[in-house]
Amino acid sequence: MATAAATAGAGRAWGVLAQFDSPAEVYHAAEKVRDAGYRKWDVYAPIPIHGIDEAMGLRPSKMGWIVGTCAALGASGGFLLQWWTSAVAYPMIVHGKPYGAWEPFTPITFELGVLIAGFGAVFGMLAVNGLPRWHHPLFSKERFLRASDDGFFIAVDARDPKFDESATARLLQEAGASAVETVEDE
Amino acid sequence: MSTVSPDELTTERLAGLEPGPVLGRELDPEVGDGTLVSDPAVRPPLVLGRRDFRSITETICSWTENAPGRWWTLAFLTSSTVAGVGTLMILYLIVTGVGVWGLNNPVGWGWAIVNFVWWVGIGHAGTLISAILCIFKQKWRTSINRFAEAMTIFAVICAGMFPGIHVGRIWFAWFLFPIPNSNAIWPNFRSPLLWDVFAVGTYFTVSLLFWYMGMIPDLATLRDRAVRRLRAATGGGRFELAIGKVRALAYGLLSLGWRFSSRHWQNYEKAYILLAGIATPLVLSVHSVVSFDFATAIIPGWHTTIFPPYFVAGAIFSGFAMVLTLLVPARELYPGMKDFVTMRTLENMCKIITVTGSMVGFAYITEFFIAWYSASSYEQQAFIIRAMGPYWWAYGTMFLCNVISPQVFWLKWARTTPWFIFIVSIVVNIGMWFERFVIVTTLSSDFLPGSWGYYSPTFVDVLTFVGSLGIFMTLFLLFMRFLPMLAISEVKNVIPQADPHGPTDHAADERQGD
Repeated sequence: MATAAATAGAGRAWGVLAQFDSPAEVYHAAEKVRDAGYRKWDVYAPIPIHGIDEAMGLRPSKMGWIVGTCAALGASGGFLLQWWTSAVAYPMIVHGKPYGAWEPFTPITFELGVLIAGFGAVFGMLAVNGLPRWHHPLFSKERFLRASDDGFFIAVDARDPKFDESATARLLQEAGASAVETVEDE
Repeated sequence: MSTVSPDELTTERLAGLEPGPVLGRELDPEVGDGTLVSDPAVRPPLVLGRRDFRSITETICSWTENAPGRWWTLAFLTSSTVAGVGTLMILYLIVTGVGVWGLNNPVGWGWAIVNFVWWVGIGHAGTLISAILCIFKQKWRTSINRFAEAMTIFAVICAGMFPGIHVGRIWFAWFLFPIPNSNAIWPNFRSPLLWDVFAVGTYFTVSLLFWYMGMIPDLATLRDRAVRRLRAATGGGRFELAIGKVRALAYGLLSLGWRFSSRHWQNYEKAYILLAGIATPLVLSVHSVVSFDFATAIIPGWHTTIFPPYFVAGAIFSGFAMVLTLLVPARELYPGMKDFVTMRTLENMCKIITVTGSMVGFAYITEFFIAWYSASSYEQQAFIIRAMGPYWWAYGTMFLCNVISPQVFWLKWARTTPWFIFIVSIVVNIGMWFERFVIVTTLSSDFLPGSWGYYSPTFVDVLTFVGSLGIFMTLFLLFMRFLPMLAISEVKNVIPQADPHGPTDHAADERQGD
């Protein structure tokens, strides 16, 4: 983006970053940003703040569906694997039981359901969050690194239809931000 | 007021009808660190020392950022040497054969299986703390769950090693997995030994995922601090600069670009509780499946339905003991750790040890009763031999360590004195090892007295077991050195400042909400 930076004198705005001093302040500011009708924005905090999803107006997470589907696939796949190997591919009389008796397959069916659900939970969470990623424009701000320590932030993305650099900054200022700054796109 | 009994007063306090005692006044500084309040209406603080977000980050990160004390180097050298000896024993076994162990006919399972069951059991406490206590919203677990999960993973590594090398011709170990092969042979899915492969394999994988996912935000904290330190670095040698770059790169890669977004936290928390939900039945299933290795055999003394619950109780019992064995010294060695791992945490863990120890003791007695009640002379004989036969000393040790010793925690002094807890935790670990030993050596006397035998270990058996302790300690010391030992973001979440409604006006907010 060297040309854009050269023409504008500085980088094009990625968005606006505002810092708050406590979970309570960022919580109440989030309610104001939500009520102002913004959509592409986020709260950054070193902890998952209790009730922040309501304050931000987020819809419930999809993780339950992902993990549930994975569990069902893992369990049914595990059962089919055992049934196919024991009754079709390599039928062998054990304990004089029918080849395809389901009872001895219970433990592994359960274990494989749990295994695939576990993969679904971790890799699904990362995929839904768009992680891993190498970099993010916010990381260029020194103050933003405090989000992993004791800093609380709201960042509004410039692609938000309601975004206006000065109006958005004013809203965040009025919501109690201790510092507001523009983040350049890279 | 004088007519109200203490119980009624507590009930009224819990119902909110009677104001509870004021926090600061009620905490008795004379008893422990002030968290040992017996009034259930008083919630003692989970984190001491009036810590805020900043000081929690500073303290926990400083343990990995600063050079460790001399004790660490000494412990690391010792344990890695022991681990090296264990590795040599394993190599010797592989190039020679399982004959280097004391196995014989009828005792075809010796120390290797004893060690396997013991180590898997130890792992169970980590999952119990991280998953089951998470679901029950036991907030005191936040300070020890990372620690206990790490212990789980390293214990399961040690456990998995033993059946792996016990197969003898280790280059055929892939027969355990359903892999298409030119012989068109498939594994027997009706065998509990194969169930074990899947149960322990799943347990290890899910524990690792759970541990790693929980660590992502804390690794990101270490990353940001490493980056900041690198940017601020002006002086310093080239070597320090290189180390700093490696740190920033390693933590950067491991933290996957986590940026503490609340949209991410929402999915993260959901994934976390779902993982806890699936890990809970998983942990109960793993030692049940391990017990099936024995219970589905027709050997007298093994063929019992009590094995799954009894194994699981024993697993939690030994695992909590191992967590305490590691935690009590760590609390002393790391500055500031006592603020997070309070006396109340230790006390709670001791209580769980007493509960599970009593369950195990109850199971021992039930086994005897059922042997008598079954009217099966083989079953009766197996138990008489177990307690009074050639291995009476092992049975006696087991009973003393597992049934009698945890009962000392009924005394408040015993469960609030760290050095004493440490001793009992080691006694319990010894007892649980002997429990596995007593069960495995039941093989020495089965149906035909003519084929009875006696098992004694060789030096390879002994050194392999000691070596596994070395491997465990080596891995644990590396964990303490390089990874966030306490869950930073979770600990931050249980301090009063984390409440978005403020530490004091929360109740007022809720009343308004009604």
